[in-house]
Amino acid sequence: MSEKITGAEALIRALIDEGVDTVFGYPGGSIMPVYDKLYDYTDRLHHHLARHEQGAIHAAQGYARASHRTGVVIATSGPGATNLVTGISDAMMDSTPLVVITGQVATGFLGKDAFQETDVIGVTLPITKWAVQIRRPEDVAPAVARAFYIASSGRPGPVVLDFAKDAQTSLTDYCFEPCKFIRSYDPDPIIDEAKVAEAASLINSAQRPMILSGHGVMLSHAEKELVELAEKAHIPVACTMLGLSSIPTAHPLYKGMLGMHGNIGPNVNTNRADLIVAVGMRFDDRVTGDVKKYAPNAKIVHIDIDASEFDKTVRTDTHIHGDAKKVLLALIPQVNPAIRHEWAASFDRHNAAERELVIKREIEPDSPTGPMLMGEVVSKVSEAFGHKAITVTDVGQNQMFGVRYSGFTETDSCITSGGLGTMGFGLPAAIGAKIGAPKRQVVLYVGDGGLQMTLQELGMIMEYNVGVKIVLLNNNFLGNVRQWQYLFFNGRYSATPMLNPDFVAVAAAYGIKGEDVADRTELAGAISRMAAHDGAYLLNVNIDPTDMVFPMTPGGAGVDEILLNEKDHYIPKD
Amino acid sequence: MDDQLYTITVFTENQVGLLNQISIIFTRRCLNIESMTVSACSIHGVHKFTITCRSNRTMMEHVVKQIERRIDVLRAFLHTDDELVYQEVALYKVPTNRLLQEGHLEGIIRRNGARVLEITDEYTIFEKTGHKSETERLFEELKEFGIRQFVRSGRVAVTKNKTEFVDLFLKEQQARKQRVESKSE
Repeated sequence: MSEKITGAEALIRALIDEGVDTVFGYPGGSIMPVYDKLYDYTDRLHHHLARHEQGAIHAAQGYARASHRTGVVIATSGPGATNLVTGISDAMMDSTPLVVITGQVATGFLGKDAFQETDVIGVTLPITKWAVQIRRPEDVAPAVARAFYIASSGRPGPVVLDFAKDAQTSLTDYCFEPCKFIRSYDPDPIIDEAKVAEAASLINSAQRPMILSGHGVMLSHAEKELVELAEKAHIPVACTMLGLSSIPTAHPLYKGMLGMHGNIGPNVNTNRADLIVAVGMRFDDRVTGDVKKYAPNAKIVHIDIDASEFDKTVRTDTHIHGDAKKVLLALIPQVNPAIRHEWAASFDRHNAAERELVIKREIEPDSPTGPMLMGEVVSKVSEAFGHKAITVTDVGQNQMFGVRYSGFTETDSCITSGGLGTMGFGLPAAIGAKIGAPKRQVVLYVGDGGLQMTLQELGMIMEYNVGVKIVLLNNNFLGNVRQWQYLFFNGRYSATPMLNPDFVAVAAAYGIKGEDVADRTELAGAISRMAAHDGAYLLNVNIDPTDMVFPMTPGGAGVDEILLNEKDHYIPKD
Repeated sequence: MDDQLYTITVFTENQVGLLNQISIIFTRRCLNIESMTVSACSIHGVHKFTITCRSNRTMMEHVVKQIERRIDVLRAFLHTDDELVYQEVALYKVPTNRLLQEGHLEGIIRRNGARVLEITDEYTIFEKTGHKSETERLFEELKEFGIRQFVRSGRVAVTKNKTEFVDLFLKEQQARKQRVESKSE
């Protein structure tokens, strides 16, 4: 008979038995017994203390996405838990596996408005894959096992374990058994062969097919199979923003990013294609624009692990429910080799026009001096790291430039807040990404607005010596809102100009090296100093505030109604 | 739009908080639940929600998929009235003296197939089981006597199939469990 242990210790041991070695968190009253036990296990469980719970959860998200492991966050009850809500919602939207452990008041106080009591299950139910309260110490190990199984399998997502304080302190026998089966939940459904055959025949009879590659391709490790399908049937591939890096940007069949600020080739050709094969993506409104005008000539094959995504926004002709890798493996042998040079070349023609009409002025500006443009900064930084770095972005213009102008040679290299669009995500997510993939370079593109939303996490960089490269695209404006104000609100810059601190001095206060890049002539030197520096670095880049993200499909327009600048629409030559 | 009354049946594990998990899916889409009844079903340990809601088919299909996506939900199904046998029960409390004065009592009971549950000097309680239109008809008839209290239950429904819809699902899950277990051995 084993010795009895407390619920708090059972939690720590169950985490270790789940293979966890890294957690992010912030202690407080109702989670103190857990932190007390953590003190005995610091050799096996490395806790990273954030400076705010939101920083802890975004770091766990970055960690999960860079490492393909489940991120773990620990916080206290009440405000500790409510500060996690943004990150939980973000992880739900972007299918990030997280196990979130919150302290809770003792069971006798539940429902009595006790100090730091919040109905965490009630608050988080709509934004979690699963949420449960642990009220007895013997429930700890099974709840942890179930939480990890649910968070990481099927379509991943966040799980909340709300841990009552008396369950943390009372004693239990400990026995850990991993969860492998829940009868009400099938994360790996049997693939319907008939549907696969139907999809194959649609592909085989298509003249102008295209593949849309989403986040699900990387979540199911289907990158190789995706390329194999594309190459065998000669199908151009476009990525959603979260699907970026699922295929190398230099691959001849990769034709660009979809959506509002995507590339012209895939957006225009979405409406010319006769078949769309969507893999592990969900037809988000940022991808489709006006759904009534979306892909009018195409049949749609939708492959996804989440059956509730089928026919949600776009009507499909065939959908295949299952793991992307398994579906693609079943599909590839049934697909006929084909050559579609003219169709593939049509993407390149539109993209060449984009290069000429939009990209060129961003990366090769006329003036050799003056404030910089975001495109030139990102493309030079990406090049300096050989397009091998993990690109992490915040949200806004920095995000659009970060993802558009980065090159990707390796998978899992783009970490950004897609569905929720969370400003303040970038800095802590980059920290988590570097901790999750310590051998890789991690570059953060962040604006002056978003950086200040979670600026306090510079403390984590200092304390844990996290070598992230911070490229601050500083235009002293909330740039994306400014862009919309310029385009759609008569240039009335309501609450978007910002008086900023000396960011390099702020970084220096945390012991982080950095430099101001005031003029274009200084950019190349500063980037190479950052790349050569071993450790964290902040480049405060002086950005021209009039720089805007183009091409752009305005809200409510079809995907092929594309603005090249504030007044000119793209008019295809063919 | 093609709005009509749909019945959604949901089979779940017996877990705390499921009512909330299911109802927020309706709330988020501004859908008004017309009625909801929860009870054990014929399979041990499985609970059954019977929910009625007026909307269009596309929306209802979407809601059913969202419900089924919840981890502790076994299956959810969408039905139209023709696929179901369903009932509601209504109770009516009417002043006894008015009933006796008017003297229509026998006719009302016969015509409506209603039952009398209790008679006191002060009030009489009727019970009527049937479809909503039938319980409403009795309501109209009793109105002239002055209804003091009225309550109607949510819909309970069974499908016209031979067994619970979820039977096959549970058998499949048993087979899946064996596959998962044999794989990990």
